[in-house]
Amino acid sequence: MPKQCEYGLLIDYEYCTGCYTCQVACAQEYNWPAGMGGMQVIEVVQKLPNDKAYLAYLPFPTELCILCAPRTKKGLEPACVQHCMAACMKYGRIEELAKEMSKKPRMVLWVPRS
Amino acid sequence: MKRERRKIVRTTTWSAGPGCHGGCGVLAHIEDGKLVKIEGDPDHPWNQGRLCARCLAMTQYVDHPDRLTRPLKRVGERGEGNWQEISWDEAFDLIEQKMGAIREQFGPESMIFSMGTGRDIGAWICMLAYAFGSPNVMFALSGIACYSPRIAAVDTIQGDYCILDAAQWLPQRYDDPQYNIPECLLVWGYNIPATCPDNVFGHWIIDLMKRGTKIVAIDPRLSWFASRAKHWLRLRPGTDGALAMGLLNVIVNEKLYDRDFVEQWTNAPFLVRTDTGKLVRASDLVKGESSDNFVVWDTAGGKPVVWDSGKVAYRSAGVKPALDGAYEIGLLDGTKVPVKTVWTVFCEEVNHYPVERVSEITWVPQKDIIDTARFYATSKPASIHWGVPIDMTPAITPTAHAIANLWCITGNLDIPGGNVISRYAFDAVAYALPGAKGIIKLASKEADKKRIGADRYGPLNKFIWRAQTDLVLDQIFTGDPYPIKGMWIQACNPVAGIGLDPKRWVEALKKLDFVVAVDLFMNPTTQLADVVLPAASFLEKDSIRTWWIPLQSINKAISVGDCRSDIEINFELTKRFDPNFRWNTIHELFDEIIKPSGMTFKELQEKGWAFPPQGHPSAPYHRFEKGLLRPDGKPGFQTPSGKIELYSSLREEWGLEPIAHYEEPPFTPVSRPELMKEYPLILSTGRRSPAYFHTEHRNIPWLRAIDPDPVIEIHPETAASLDIGHGEWVWVENWLGRCTFKAKVTLVVPPWMVMATHGWWFPEKPGSEPSLFGVWESNVNQLIPMGFQGKDGLGAPIKHLLCKVYKVNRREDGEHAQAM
Repeated sequence: MPKQCEYGLLIDYEYCTGCYTCQVACAQEYNWPAGMGGMQVIEVVQKLPNDKAYLAYLPFPTELCILCAPRTKKGLEPACVQHCMAACMKYGRIEELAKEMSKKPRMVLWVPRS
Repeated sequence: MKRERRKIVRTTTWSAGPGCHGGCGVLAHIEDGKLVKIEGDPDHPWNQGRLCARCLAMTQYVDHPDRLTRPLKRVGERGEGNWQEISWDEAFDLIEQKMGAIREQFGPESMIFSMGTGRDIGAWICMLAYAFGSPNVMFALSGIACYSPRIAAVDTIQGDYCILDAAQWLPQRYDDPQYNIPECLLVWGYNIPATCPDNVFGHWIIDLMKRGTKIVAIDPRLSWFASRAKHWLRLRPGTDGALAMGLLNVIVNEKLYDRDFVEQWTNAPFLVRTDTGKLVRASDLVKGESSDNFVVWDTAGGKPVVWDSGKVAYRSAGVKPALDGAYEIGLLDGTKVPVKTVWTVFCEEVNHYPVERVSEITWVPQKDIIDTARFYATSKPASIHWGVPIDMTPAITPTAHAIANLWCITGNLDIPGGNVISRYAFDAVAYALPGAKGIIKLASKEADKKRIGADRYGPLNKFIWRAQTDLVLDQIFTGDPYPIKGMWIQACNPVAGIGLDPKRWVEALKKLDFVVAVDLFMNPTTQLADVVLPAASFLEKDSIRTWWIPLQSINKAISVGDCRSDIEINFELTKRFDPNFRWNTIHELFDEIIKPSGMTFKELQEKGWAFPPQGHPSAPYHRFEKGLLRPDGKPGFQTPSGKIELYSSLREEWGLEPIAHYEEPPFTPVSRPELMKEYPLILSTGRRSPAYFHTEHRNIPWLRAIDPDPVIEIHPETAASLDIGHGEWVWVENWLGRCTFKAKVTLVVPPWMVMATHGWWFPEKPGSEPSLFGVWESNVNQLIPMGFQGKDGLGAPIKHLLCKVYKVNRREDGEHAQAM
């Protein structure tokens, strides 16, 4: 039986600035060596008409993301969510986060391996 | 019991470690005296629990195996990399003896005290220099071209500096009922990964955007802001002044300015002589009148009337000053001269910049200039947040004036959500900064006379109490008018980062008799010192932070090796060099600096931070109306006339253009078209990385993994035309030198420009010469000259040079790393 997924991370990528805080917050929390960690930031530059482009960043929860179970059990936010400089990440129940997604565009809901 | 061994220390970031301009509240988790974790303080009004990658990496920083933990003395030749550990007592004795000998033989001014970017170091390097007797505190960048020129420029015309209002002065921040969200924010030459320059937390702008603020991005790069902007003005680097004049042109000609504000609070009605171009002074008209007073044309009486600068009032009641027009007035000797109002002269200058011409200069489409001007001027409140490119051009001052005039003539100054006057919290100031004197000062004005450049550059005698860097470097070689014999270098890395033409800085350091470097790690500059002292990170010290708001304490959480904080190191030597030094302990000194707050340092530490109360001169808003800015309590500004000076009386005294205007920088396709044949690309430098603060952090594994190589951004079309692939190593070359970068092929830059990262050295490579940690491989400052500071000694051409780019050919060049 596959595991039932309850929790996820909602990313408002309109506001993700690519500050890499989530990546280092995770590395610090679990003492991952450089190059490993539960979060990886992806840069996307999309060409648009009229010589314009859109520069976006997206925090991606890797195979090492455990949704900060040890923190959330204590009532704390995941390390990446607390420190996110743009406050564009939210941790919560999948159904509740999915509801939030209808409020504005440029959102993505991750349900990591955890 | 594990629980009891762990404690949490609440403190404030500033200086080494995150390497930032600071202000974030953090919680340092300490176990058995070691830092095990650092987190943002959710209760802190500055960052509300957030924290950047650099600060979160502090656990890899403080106990890094390469940390300097003991004082070192050079053995062997400079640059050989042979060091001997010595005790602090030995180090202090040696320094006292060597620096004392220089002072005795050549005078105290023969020692230069060199600092990097202004952090929790400026006050203490001044304390030491002044105790030693030297006025030559140097910010080691050409043209002092980082922030203090902007502050000085704004102080010159406005009397006080101002910054973006993100409600940072109010404990409840955005929810405070006094506050209004800016409708429009011009993000001018500023990129978010830098996070916190100019004592503003960069991501406050994101908070504002979520609350409705619309952005205009002014940037040659497709920055994060540019992607999300209502208008994006992709200007040619270095043409910011022309763009600002173009915006003023639209605002003035479409009458979108705040006429009442201009009439009442600026010197727009003052009269200027048409024959000399100078402000009419009351002493020109009336015997016995002061030349500090000015003259307006009273439309009620049909005659000139004196403005009393001291009383901040007209000489007679019921004056209705003319804002526009040309008049004739009689001078003391009976001659009649034609005059115009400042506003008329200002508008004439602005009219030299019609949108068509500005579009030609800046390469920004006319429509975007017009739309931006209208959007800014019709939004209330509207704000401007600018970045260091404004300083990094020789015509910094007229450029900054043009931009400052935007918020002045639209009445967006010191209003909620506009550009708000930024005073040091509680007016507690440690040392002389633009607009503030501080309690740490030179013993006499006489001693200041020897300050290098003070006799030549007006702003250096009014706002910026530093030696002029380009002149210092020259003087090290010429010895004229007096020899330079030693340098104290603290939190400053001229060989890898802050120094332009860095090979010349190496030569200069080698000419000196005695060099001390204070830092946290060995770096290319410390390698050339005689004594290296191990400094503490912000977690290892007590200190204070007063710019701007809130007033904050930095609280010691740990100790590392024998490291000492910058103030502890300098305090000991200060006492040795100045027997009359007034303070016995560091805490006594802190107490005195923050005395205006009514708190002792201990009390501040208990609180963590404190906001000045409403009605205090360092708390907003509308202070010029309430008489909170001037020492005499009168409404107005701290300028010579008490008004915002669209026509600057100080610039006039300094023999410089008194009105905002544009000057083409020295190495551009327009000013040097002949160079374009060989060097067809605009070279801009200093792209920020979220992983690094200037030269810091290349040795922190988590951070290096984010940005492992020095990169240069190049447009896909340009790269294709040069047969350069993404990730390939390239040479970047101009008439001054060349170095290698990894090509980042990206649409972020336009086809006509490349953007190079700065501050690169390789802590993993050999520290001894000739390598100096590989600093010559990718230090882009080798392509930037010294000595091109502006007419007022400020600014330097750092963001707009010319270059060519070509592939590293490994067969011809060898491994690029060995090529030099």
